[in-house]
Amino acid sequence: MTENKRIDEPTGTQTVGHEWDGIEELDTPMPRWWVFTFWGTIVWALAYIVLYPAIPMVNSATQGVWNWSSRGQFEQELQAEAVRRAPITSALAAIPVEQLAGDERLYQAAVEGGRAAFKVHCVQCHGSGAAGSAGYPNLNDDDWLWGGDMPAIHYTLTNGIRQPDHDETRFSQMPAFAGVLSNGEIDAVTSYVRSLSGLEKASPKSATGAALFSNNCASCHGVDGKGLREFGAPNLTDGIWLYGGDKASLTTTVNNARYGVMPRWNNRLDPVTIKMLAAYVHSLGGGEANPAPAATPVPDPAKVASNVKP
Amino acid sequence: MTSDTKTGMFSHKKLERNVTLLGLCALGAVAIGGIVEIAPLFWIDSTVEKVEGMRPYTPLELTGRNIYMREGCYVCHSQMIRPFRDEVERYGAYSLAAESMYDHPFQWGSKRTGPDLARVGGRYSDEWHRAHLKDPRSVVPESIMPPYAFLAGRSVKAGDMSAHLTALSRVGVPYTDEAIKAADADLMGQADPNADGAALKQRYPKAQVRDFDGNPAKVTEMDAIVAYLQMLGTLVDRQKAQAHEQPR
Repeated sequence: MTENKRIDEPTGTQTVGHEWDGIEELDTPMPRWWVFTFWGTIVWALAYIVLYPAIPMVNSATQGVWNWSSRGQFEQELQAEAVRRAPITSALAAIPVEQLAGDERLYQAAVEGGRAAFKVHCVQCHGSGAAGSAGYPNLNDDDWLWGGDMPAIHYTLTNGIRQPDHDETRFSQMPAFAGVLSNGEIDAVTSYVRSLSGLEKASPKSATGAALFSNNCASCHGVDGKGLREFGAPNLTDGIWLYGGDKASLTTTVNNARYGVMPRWNNRLDPVTIKMLAAYVHSLGGGEANPAPAATPVPDPAKVASNVKP
Repeated sequence: MTSDTKTGMFSHKKLERNVTLLGLCALGAVAIGGIVEIAPLFWIDSTVEKVEGMRPYTPLELTGRNIYMREGCYVCHSQMIRPFRDEVERYGAYSLAAESMYDHPFQWGSKRTGPDLARVGGRYSDEWHRAHLKDPRSVVPESIMPPYAFLAGRSVKAGDMSAHLTALSRVGVPYTDEAIKAADADLMGQADPNADGAALKQRYPKAQVRDFDGNPAKVTEMDAIVAYLQMLGTLVDRQKAQAHEQPR
């Protein structure tokens, strides 16, 4: 085969220069766009290697002249966002939680911020509409275990409920009555408790239960069964049940007691986010006015009694 | 027109007619791809940043991890929080390479039908996890996760934990001889609320010892999976780890 390149007449294209039995091969050039793209990718790669981290070395990759890193960019984004939010967050950090509701603009911002944070941290238990489920309280109603004014909600959010590693946490422990009371006595007490909210009619059994109630239960749930927020003892007369008000659920509750927990958020969220969450939960419908005197995180029983629903 | 059809320093014609030369050049081209993929594995120990607090899994957590893999949780749940603001605000501090260095295989995953679980530990109560695993819709009405109620009825099998730990120690997980010897006892002890967890906690710092499944009578797969979920992402103190990883 000899070098015999020539221009093929019908196509106007150069041949490669070899032929077998009269068959020749055309040397059609690559499309120009393809060639430019090919060289373009090589130029791009070289520029990338110079500018960005690229070649793996023993301890880390080459740094690139722009000193870019995904973590660095992440930190910049965080800082930019912090700066953007600074006017609101610094104001929220400065205002005491008792006075938050008084500042309309700040309160609205806090509610909206709390709405977002609630969707991330709270909906798994309290539900996306904050309606709760068995064992997890509904936050829309005005039935509160530990208090529903802003400082009380804020305190609960900050310190959690029954967190073993934290001294300031909300804590109470209902005794498990299995073994303390006989099955018949527990049956009578549950009948009495159900009669308080009209689930059962008063009967001789519930009258027996009433006596047992005043001996065993009234110290926390109150003589009238309306609960004491100091102990997180629920109001038994309002027909709102955290673990169910049917006979079986109540019997289980009295036998074994229930110890619901809530995380404390002061080791997970920053104080501003907690404040925003308090505002959001307070805004859901059941929020109560601040306690009249100086803010005490645990409302006193006398105040609570006047707050209880009819 | 490219230069490879021209005769000169490099000619395709020469390459195509010399099988030895062609073979050597093909080997060279393939080797580049191989070296780029394989070589970094030989010095991976020096590229994984050091953080304090990482320890191997306890036998119970390891059993939970095996259930996690058996049930295919990784198909819908990732364990890798990337350094983006949206992920960090939702899931917590971004994951570090060292946090999965004792995972064989790692559970980073590639699909988030459900949320990322890299830092789910301590986020919910054991009771929530039990309710959620038994019937996900009971706590999250929008959930499409299948129920795993049967886990509560299946006892954890003891007996082969020492062999399991030995196998992991062969691939570089630093289990001590003492830990391997005590593996079966540790498996049962971690879920026993009455056990003295001191030795276990000494072997595995930050281990959580309690009855996870609400049934102290026996150690079930529910104990194991909840124990595993409750430790995810809790070992490394991310406040202290900050210093190791200043952004450039």
